[in-house]
Amino acid sequence: MAPHDLRRPFKRAAISDQQRRRDLTLQRQAQGRRDAQQQARCLASTVLSLQSQSTQPEYEPDIELEPESLPDLLPEQEESGASSKDLDVRHASKLKGAEARKWFARQLMLPEWMIDVPDCLAQDWYVFARPAGKRCFVVSSNGTTVSRQRNGSILHRFPSALPNGAKTRDVSGPSQSYSILDCIFHEPDQTYYVIDMVCWRGYSLYDCTAEFRFFWLNSKLGETGACSPPSFYHKYRFSTVPIYNCDQSGLSSAYTGALPYVKDGLLFYNKHAHYQTGNTPLALVWKDENCSQYVIDTDSKGQVPSQQQVVLELQDDGKLITSDDPPVVFGCLDLDFIQKEIFYVLLLVMEVEFVDGKLEKVDLHYLGKVNRARAFPDSYSKMLEALILYEKKGKKKLTTGGIQISYAICFFEHAFSLV
Amino acid sequence: MAMEITPILLSAQSLDAKVRNEAEANLRQFQEQNLPLFLLSLSVELANNEKPNESRRLAGIVLKNSLDAKDAMRKEHLVQQWMVIEISIKSQIKDLLLRTLGSSVQEARHTSAQVIAKVASIEVPRKQWPELIGSLLNNMTQQDGPAALKQATLETLGYVCEEISSQELVQDEVNNVLTAVVQGMNLAQHGPEVRLAATRALYNALEFAQTNFENEMERNYIMKVVCETALSKEAEIRQAAFECLVSIASTYYDVLEPYMQTLFQLTSNAVKGDEETVALQAIEFWSSICDEEIELQEYMSTESGDSGPVHSQFIKKALSSLVPMLLETLLKQEEDQDQDDSIWNLSMAGGTCLGLVARTVGDDVVPLVMPFVEANIVKQDWHCREAATFAFGSILEGPSIDKLTPLVNAGLDFLLNAMKDENNHVKDTTAWTLSRVFELLHSPANGFSVICPENLHRIVAVLLESVNDAPHVAEKVCGAIYYLAQGYEDAESGSSLLSPCLPGIISQLLKTAERTDGGDSKLRSSAYETLNEVVRSSNIVETSHIITELLPVIMNKLGQTLDLQIVTSDDREKQGDVQASLCGVLQVIIQKLSSADETKPIILQASDPIMILFLRVLACRSSTVHEEAMLAIGALAYASGPEFGKYMPELYKYLEMGLQNFEEYQVCAITVGVVGDICRAMDDKVLPYCDGIMSHLIHDLQSAELHRSVKPPIFSCFGDIALAIGEQFLKYIESAITMMHSAAQICAQMNTSDEEFIDYGNQLKRSIFEAYSGILQGFKNSKPEVMLPHAGHLLQFIELVFRESQRDESVTKAAVAVMGDLADSLGSNTKILFRDNTFYVDFLGECLQSDDEQLKETANWTQVMIARVMVS
Repeated sequence: MAPHDLRRPFKRAAISDQQRRRDLTLQRQAQGRRDAQQQARCLASTVLSLQSQSTQPEYEPDIELEPESLPDLLPEQEESGASSKDLDVRHASKLKGAEARKWFARQLMLPEWMIDVPDCLAQDWYVFARPAGKRCFVVSSNGTTVSRQRNGSILHRFPSALPNGAKTRDVSGPSQSYSILDCIFHEPDQTYYVIDMVCWRGYSLYDCTAEFRFFWLNSKLGETGACSPPSFYHKYRFSTVPIYNCDQSGLSSAYTGALPYVKDGLLFYNKHAHYQTGNTPLALVWKDENCSQYVIDTDSKGQVPSQQQVVLELQDDGKLITSDDPPVVFGCLDLDFIQKEIFYVLLLVMEVEFVDGKLEKVDLHYLGKVNRARAFPDSYSKMLEALILYEKKGKKKLTTGGIQISYAICFFEHAFSLV
Repeated sequence: MAMEITPILLSAQSLDAKVRNEAEANLRQFQEQNLPLFLLSLSVELANNEKPNESRRLAGIVLKNSLDAKDAMRKEHLVQQWMVIEISIKSQIKDLLLRTLGSSVQEARHTSAQVIAKVASIEVPRKQWPELIGSLLNNMTQQDGPAALKQATLETLGYVCEEISSQELVQDEVNNVLTAVVQGMNLAQHGPEVRLAATRALYNALEFAQTNFENEMERNYIMKVVCETALSKEAEIRQAAFECLVSIASTYYDVLEPYMQTLFQLTSNAVKGDEETVALQAIEFWSSICDEEIELQEYMSTESGDSGPVHSQFIKKALSSLVPMLLETLLKQEEDQDQDDSIWNLSMAGGTCLGLVARTVGDDVVPLVMPFVEANIVKQDWHCREAATFAFGSILEGPSIDKLTPLVNAGLDFLLNAMKDENNHVKDTTAWTLSRVFELLHSPANGFSVICPENLHRIVAVLLESVNDAPHVAEKVCGAIYYLAQGYEDAESGSSLLSPCLPGIISQLLKTAERTDGGDSKLRSSAYETLNEVVRSSNIVETSHIITELLPVIMNKLGQTLDLQIVTSDDREKQGDVQASLCGVLQVIIQKLSSADETKPIILQASDPIMILFLRVLACRSSTVHEEAMLAIGALAYASGPEFGKYMPELYKYLEMGLQNFEEYQVCAITVGVVGDICRAMDDKVLPYCDGIMSHLIHDLQSAELHRSVKPPIFSCFGDIALAIGEQFLKYIESAITMMHSAAQICAQMNTSDEEFIDYGNQLKRSIFEAYSGILQGFKNSKPEVMLPHAGHLLQFIELVFRESQRDESVTKAAVAVMGDLADSLGSNTKILFRDNTFYVDFLGECLQSDDEQLKETANWTQVMIARVMVS
């Protein structure tokens, strides 16, 4: 008599490898589908998201993002139609040294110098006073918080009240999710001033408007206790900065209002702009002697030297370029005395001549190699701005191309004089 | 009015093929031209005692086949045909059938009983045969009615209960049926034929007796009669009574307490002294009790609170008598029982039950079993040694690791030596016990293992030698190697202790797969399946060179199968089996090597010859091979990425074949999954094939013939396609959305009390959400407005799912993700929608509270997406 169906596996290993293969295949397919959809949701848009995608717990997720250890964490998505952004990430993770620093530096949104007043300034823009200090991005993940400067080097590694920012008995339990904040570390009060939110609890805000990011930043940061005074599990205080609409009262508040931090110019953010890494005309910076201490190079006695220093990048063909995308080419340098294999970013002395509003002729003199910590050349607008201020100080007269520049100066002098 | 069809029915059974074929054609023609008359004529034939048995028999079979079929589609068709037949004709047929129950010919009565049940299965649920139960009961209450009529009537009642569900009868009918059946079991009134029929009918009617079992008096009465019947003089009746007890054990576990003393005596006597068929049912009674208690324990460990069903601890209470009783059965092995799968005897049933007892009570079983093991393991008689080993192997699951580890440590060496026992049964059971040891007590990843570097070498040496033993022993040894390897998967340290042994293990397994003394394919497929596990659980860093060398070996073997001479259907079957196994091995190797950056190029370089092999295998056309080859092709597509496009022109026709294979629905399901793999690999390059693929997928969804389990993956596949081809999905959007709408409707109306349906419903919901996610994200960058008209419906469906009390976590994840996709893709267009459907706030709140990090992160993202919409 036949056994009950349930009893069939008598003394037989209940292995059906075919069923196992089916199940494993279904798992792999479900994972593939999840990855593809996550990718479509732009969840994989930063190098850090690789941590949360890693399904191999034996790898201690690397908070420092040491480039050497990242390849192990990479999901296999190169062949499966990864976006160019992800390929960047994959590529970048294998970079070392200066190249790596350069890549990390590109993760920040960099404002252009304000040389023109945008249309609809009052409706479409925010303004806030930029705290003086080191621009960095702060990453909290897996029980630690790390701040990295523009050049990619680590500023601090510390416990914080940010999500997963400290090894506390967090109610939410261990998590791979991370947050990234765009901050300025302000030395005098040892505070991280958060000027933008890039990722929060594992989700990217890159594709969100500034309006939303600031809203989210202001509603979420406080909830974590990150704005509380320092404690054992929270080494540095975080703070938001007051953000104003660009109407007259907003402008004057930002320009002259009393703040707990030392000001270093004004930042203007377009409300509709997404977080775009690198230089963008949708974020602008203004500096003058009223709102900034660091307008222009000064010597040790506080005197403006007779020549301005700029930093440009030297390309293989000898061309010198700015950091802009596309870069502005400043002609070729006599290569004879440069060890171009060693130094690609050069410190130069600049003398310029404008024709029809465009920087036409530059005299550049090689000064020396740039401090290793500095991985970036200056942008075109920085050079222009330097020249405007130079002119304002009466050092040199700009004969052409000053129409827009003059208009900008007039606008601000007018706006600020109303205070 | 009925036609005289006796000659045709007889001719249809003629030995002369020509006559037979002609008669069959005639019958078919008659059936097609006038079904009502055809069925009536058959009934007349069946009812007529003057007719020869042969023609009546065939009439009955044809009748039955005109009412029921295995295939669901065909069955539905037959039901529809029956329903439209004129009522007067149907009444005549039914009368004839009922009348046949009184026939003097046993076979005609029996056939008629079956046909009546088939008619009942159609008509009772539709309330179209209200007088059926009445007329059957009437047969039973005639004082002097012939025994034959009563026997046939009881048989009919049993079949009817088997065919219809317990809700179809009102309680009065149930009471009357039970009364009639239980009276039929009465010894004083009836002869053995009637009592046997009554006992068998009770077996089918038990499910209807819920209310009666709640009433103590009625329950006592039923139990008393069953227990008395279990002591009948006739073995067949005793067996039927024990079968009733087995069914009662699982259906009415919670009211058994008062009867357990009696039931223990009854079963214990049967196990010790009754005929085997009866004793087997007595053991099955205890196995069923174990099943119930194990399920209760699992239920209790997941559900807190004491409102759940009662756990009466029957096994625990009976343990000290039950275990010795079962141990005795282990000594009743038969010679050569290991070589025949269809054998089921006392020792097998006893060992199986002992294993269940161990799982039910855990540690408590150990001290009761170990003395038996120790006393018998060294005896001269092989029966004792085998029984001791079997007892030991049976209790390895259930008791705690701490309890078992010292016993296994002490006994492992003995077991290894026993692999050289002079008796094959002992070796077979020893190898099985070793596989249980490795399966249950060897898990370095979880911090325990009875294997250490010191004894591993000896273990491997013994296994590799014993794999050359008799085929049935070798098969068990493969199982032991399988679990040995599996234990090292995910091992903590970066290195696997097994790595140095791998070349030896692999070459022995390949040799075992080549053996021809097995008689069937079981040893070969065990060897390959074990090879798969060895590869899968190996440490890729340490063994990549070994696996790399294995790849061409397996490819070569697969190539050889294509050149085999195929003469007989056996040849073809064997070719198919070997190809299926080898495709499985290739799939595992492809996945293993493509899982690491260092070894992936090996697969990419070999992908052309691999794919050529797969295409040639597919050309051989056997369904198992088709499935295995497709699984492997999916793995290759995943590894290859966009490069895979070059194989599509050749592969496409096999994809089409797979998508149209309704019969072997697994092939269809796997093919749907592979289409998803290909979409992810090729992205928009898959576009040229999408017209065909989509039309097949839509057709699959519309088919009532295709197994329903394939349908959820098809919706997920819509999402995969949409994500791959983006805005190009526009031309399919209408048909896809229509399907998704109606599937969502099915979900809304689904009966959620049926466990099987709950599972299916969850799969369906998840896959509909996945389809929406893929489509929304696919259109996001170019034509998001396409989905605008469907946003409201989607949100309603999400709400419906949100409101369900029992929601699967995977469904929740998919629902919350698609809500984010909706906001992300359609942006401010959804502002009003979200403002008017505030359930999302609660839904997100619930998800953000979850312990599941993945769910929390997804909910967080969705929250960001919706908040973005709301402030826009």
